Amino acid sequence: MTGVVSAACYGVAAWLLLLGCAGIMRSRHLVHTVVSLSVAQSGTYVLLLAIGYQDQAAAPIVSQGQSQPVVDPMVQAMTLTDIVVSATITALLLALTLQISRRHGTVDPDELRALRG
Amino acid sequence: MRTRDVVGAAGLAGVAALFVAAFLRMPAAGTAGHVYRDLVLPMGFREVTPNLVSSVNFDLRALDTLGEETIVAAAVVGTLALLQPPKKEPKTDGTGYVLPAVKLAGFLLLPVSVLLGIDIVVHGHLTPGGGFQGGVVLATGWHLLYLSGSYRALARLRPIDWCEYAEATATGLYVVTGLIGLGIGGSFLANILPLGEFGSLLSSGTVPVLSVLIGIEVAAGFVVLLSRFFVHGLEEPR
Repeated sequence: MTGVVSAACYGVAAWLLLLGCAGIMRSRHLVHTVVSLSVAQSGTYVLLLAIGYQDQAAAPIVSQGQSQPVVDPMVQAMTLTDIVVSATITALLLALTLQISRRHGTVDPDELRALRG
Repeated sequence: MRTRDVVGAAGLAGVAALFVAAFLRMPAAGTAGHVYRDLVLPMGFREVTPNLVSSVNFDLRALDTLGEETIVAAAVVGTLALLQPPKKEPKTDGTGYVLPAVKLAGFLLLPVSVLLGIDIVVHGHLTPGGGFQGGVVLATGWHLLYLSGSYRALARLRPIDWCEYAEATATGLYVVTGLIGLGIGGSFLANILPLGEFGSLLSSGTVPVLSVLIGIEVAAGFVVLLSRFFVHGLEEPR
């Protein structure tokens, strides 16, 4: 049973990361590139949560005298950090995309070859 | 074009092989060995914080959260620097058609999501949630006005100046709270307030204080961030 769960968790995490990277590589639009990066980053959320998961354990909200084990709160806090970083990076990259579209008149990464002052 | 795809596919296959090799040697998901959990759990009880994730974020690793909120502040500053406000004021009257159902849902959900956001921020140390999550809900609720097609109402109900001040003040007060902890408790961001009773609103010492500060910072930061994107979106209708 745990074998199936680990395979599913780790497999999905790796799959999301690879899929995001493939999307960035084959991207024809900078907004698509940014979204692909977000997909790749979601792989790390799945991986972190999978590391903290425990069968039959409750959410990390405890009550007094609780005997049931809880899942690892540390990796959940790190996932939160991860999401915040992802959101801020997305905002910055979208701002850059706006500027590129204004300055170069295109958002196709393949057409952005020369640097222009 | 084809060469790039081939090289990329080879690279991805290599990374996939590395992943398989790494995952085969990792402990199986769902097992009981969690070293950090075993350390955090007694701390959560000692610091009277039922929500262990908030206990980690605003107590055990509060210094990390200072870095995290600095990232948010830096992203807002960076976006404002990248997207200069347009020279002339954009026209806001050329609104498109908005479905009445969307409008109704927006206006109905606006008070709900604002209340929900405040609730999530304030009860961050007791129930799932905290400053980051609640702040995002608050900022989202605010922008339901935009979805319902009333950009002008949003612009009027959105004091950008005050949001900028609120963001900066909340970020600064986080450091001030840490320095007070340093002065009284002997370490930066030490939990110096009385811990209170387990599960009551005023408990967990500085955890709810820091959570509320982060909530204000994130909500104000996102409003400022999105306002700049909106101005640019309205400037160039495509």
